[in-house]
Amino acid sequence: MTGTGHGMSDIQDKVIRIIAEQALLDVSDVTPGSTLEELGIDSLGLVEAIFAIEETFDISVPFNANEPAATRFDISTVGSISAAIEDLVAQRVA
Amino acid sequence: MKRVVITGSGTINALAHDVPGTFEAFREGRCGITELDIRDKDRLSIQIGGQVHDWDPETRFNRQQISLFDKFTQFTLLAGREAVAQSGLNFDGRLSYEAGVVLGTAAGGVNTWDDNYRTVYEEGKNRVHPFVVPKLMNNAAASHLSMEFNLKGPSFTVATACASSNHAMGQAFHMVRSGMTQVMLTGGSESMLCFGGIKAWEGLRVMSRDACRPFSLNRNGMVQGEGAAVFVFEEYDHARARRAEILAEVVGFAMTSDASDIVMPNKQGASRAIAGALRDGRLNGDEVGYINAHGTGTAANDKTECAAVADVFGPHADRLMISSTKSMHGHLIGGTGAVELLACIMALRDGVIAPTIGYEEADPECALDVVPNTARDAKVDVVLSNAFAFGGLNAVLALRKV
Repeated sequence: MTGTGHGMSDIQDKVIRIIAEQALLDVSDVTPGSTLEELGIDSLGLVEAIFAIEETFDISVPFNANEPAATRFDISTVGSISAAIEDLVAQRVA
Repeated sequence: MKRVVITGSGTINALAHDVPGTFEAFREGRCGITELDIRDKDRLSIQIGGQVHDWDPETRFNRQQISLFDKFTQFTLLAGREAVAQSGLNFDGRLSYEAGVVLGTAAGGVNTWDDNYRTVYEEGKNRVHPFVVPKLMNNAAASHLSMEFNLKGPSFTVATACASSNHAMGQAFHMVRSGMTQVMLTGGSESMLCFGGIKAWEGLRVMSRDACRPFSLNRNGMVQGEGAAVFVFEEYDHARARRAEILAEVVGFAMTSDASDIVMPNKQGASRAIAGALRDGRLNGDEVGYINAHGTGTAANDKTECAAVADVFGPHADRLMISSTKSMHGHLIGGTGAVELLACIMALRDGVIAPTIGYEEADPECALDVVPNTARDAKVDVVLSNAFAFGGLNAVLALRKV
């Protein structure tokens, strides 16, 4: 655990729960290797999931729907999203 | 069917407080998008907008009027006065019963909602000003315009998000064309540049933090604007009989619904609206010299719009010009089609095509002549104005030189 109240795996578990809820899937169907496309999350679903992530972790995610690849926030898989959030949470504390 | 012509135009927007100033800015390719000057800006992640600066309502309206007029109504009345003055019309006699108002706005008196929510939620007061409802209602601008000019025929307000003004002007066109009315004031207005109005848009994550760059590969979203434009649509023989100056003829209009997605645009819906406007105006595609694009500067709109234009026009798509003036005045949401119709009138009358400014890198998915960065002299006889709204509601107008 870090001093933030969010450990690494803790963050990933929460992200998986948020994404599973958005995709209307069981938590067990979402793995770190899952892509959003595989999970059936479209652009609106992604924006909603990011909103839920920001609210959960009290962070601001630098995501612009017009240039998803250009932002520092890697949305290629559930694992990459979790890693990016871990960074943002760490920055918030630093 | 009657012919319908435009005999007056008026506007206020981020570029200027009147039509001549707006035309000058279009010709110069000037950007009206600036740092925002609004309350609680520090809590917004979006800090820019096409805001109307140096707006002093006290010089235009008395105190009693200001207590009744939200900013979107103030903008409408200013634009309406300019348009009616240019037309030279007087609505004192029988004409008042054959004239009305159809305006577009997406959200009406947003500043009034915002100010009064602050009063009751933030400041904890339990009383608001008595005129909150008549000030914020979406039809307030249309009603005040009818009162200002004694227009007693059909009047109403259309709300179709970013296509509101085009839908409104389409209705006005139909009413004059069918003989229902002789004259209509039409166009639209929006004034959403306040804390709540911008915060709502931030949520969608489609806004640019630095500039509106339609069709450019490095575009990164839309920029909100505010303001209004109002036009006088008049039956052709009526205008001729009084020797009015005719700015342009409205010849076609079409509307379609995508029936697919609440925010994502749809190429088929857009194509059907463009093709429908051509059909309605009995126009051949190759007559069209210029299209004022919806061109929001979002990734999704611009490539979909270019694909729709390529589909409808075939090889002629590479010969026509298409530009987005949102790069200069921002996206006026429900008022945007009205301000953009000015670029169509300028193209027909002055032979000057307003540019798409902020254009930096070619996008292979937007490979049309977007009149990058610099206005161009070109003779055009037929122009289109596109509007494709959230909710998948599309409205396209066709204008011809007279």
